[in-house]
Amino acid sequence: MIQIENLHKKFGALEVLRGIDLAVNKGEVLSIIGASGSGKSTLLYCINGLEPISEGRVLVDGVDVHARGTDLNRLRQRLGMVFQQWNSFPHLTVLENVALAPRIVRGLPRAKAEEVARRQLEHVGLGDKLAQYPAALSGGQQQRLAIARALAMEPEYMLFDEATSALDPELVGEVLDTMRMLAAEGMTMICVTHEMGFAREVSDRVAFFHQGRIEEIGRPEEMFGKPRSPKLKRFLAKVL
Amino acid sequence: MSNTVTYFTGFRGADLLFLAEAAWGTLKLSALSIAVGTALGVGLGWMLAELRATRPILVPLLDVFRSVPLIIQLVLFFNFVPMIGLGLSPFAAGCVVLSAYAAALVAQVARAGIESVGRPLRRAARSLGMSYGQAMRHVVLPMGLRTVFPAWVGIVLGVMKDSSLVSVLGYVELLRASQILITRTQEALFVLGVAGAFYFLLSWPVSWWAARHEKRWQQ
Repeated sequence: MIQIENLHKKFGALEVLRGIDLAVNKGEVLSIIGASGSGKSTLLYCINGLEPISEGRVLVDGVDVHARGTDLNRLRQRLGMVFQQWNSFPHLTVLENVALAPRIVRGLPRAKAEEVARRQLEHVGLGDKLAQYPAALSGGQQQRLAIARALAMEPEYMLFDEATSALDPELVGEVLDTMRMLAAEGMTMICVTHEMGFAREVSDRVAFFHQGRIEEIGRPEEMFGKPRSPKLKRFLAKVL
Repeated sequence: MSNTVTYFTGFRGADLLFLAEAAWGTLKLSALSIAVGTALGVGLGWMLAELRATRPILVPLLDVFRSVPLIIQLVLFFNFVPMIGLGLSPFAAGCVVLSAYAAALVAQVARAGIESVGRPLRRAARSLGMSYGQAMRHVVLPMGLRTVFPAWVGIVLGVMKDSSLVSVLGYVELLRASQILITRTQEALFVLGVAGAFYFLLSWPVSWWAARHEKRWQQ
């Protein structure tokens, strides 16, 4: 379970997150929607400790992410993350991209790490690209590679930071399909997304961020069907 | 003819061997200096890129090594060492100065390489649970190396040629050996031509090896 309590995050004088309280249960899929700059992505970075926080607490399975003694490298193994820019390692083959962290972080022998990598790559439909370099892949394939890379650490949670925003429109579908598949398998997911169709169809809950606060949160049918807050109504009118 | 003294004799087969030995000296001097200079330079480059606080001290210091002509550094260092009571052979003194010079050049190249790997990629590596050191070793440095590899090869070839300046300390490397032979044979063009060929033979494998690597990385 991920618990976020009174989370504040400032970049200098700019307060990006202004008091977030949120709990995400095991097996739940939460989508976060909202305008650019509303703090959605920053929240993900605060959850896995890539950004320090200004105030509040983030607990992952009871472990305080930002406490002094927390072993972040260990904690991050439980939190897979997929970025807007897919960030494949260009100097490694597809297989090596995925096998690297299991080998050096989890300490698996090379053969075992590659077996894990192969399985995850087949899972996301890249089983025939193992020996290729990322430069030979399309954006959608690279993003699926990034998903396989995160999954190879066998995380408990997956954080998706606008995973489809940098893709050409015709490539969005394959990545969303992969995310749908994970959700169907019971993966706990927090998805920052601009794909309203995905948020509506796949999520258990949807949170609408506005200027660093959760303006409204609820089941997708309520959020999209009968939004209460005027700000959410205005937002939906713009994006739908 | 009995009362004439022969000062000059022609170029003989044995002279070629003499030059080859000297080329081996050049190779030893260059290889050692490049190895030490690269190791040191990568460390310094890492400090420049990652520990910004070291810049005000390091940058001017490295600039001294980069901008004072190597021949002056060699002469100064070689004559300074005995003053503090140490004895260094011309070879050792040459190695020290060339290594420092190479390190100063490599430091800036390594810094550029490390900085060429942006924050998103580092974060992706860290998000997988890699420690700072693991991300550095397995992601940042290999990627940065590919970016600055041609620049580093340029330094290697440069240091190889600049090693000829160590001849001013009396170390018999290729250039010094050529000068000795020229004095004896008075065949400057020929001897320099042969010496030049030796330099080329030393550099060419490096260029060839570098080109092959770059090609492989391009895919």
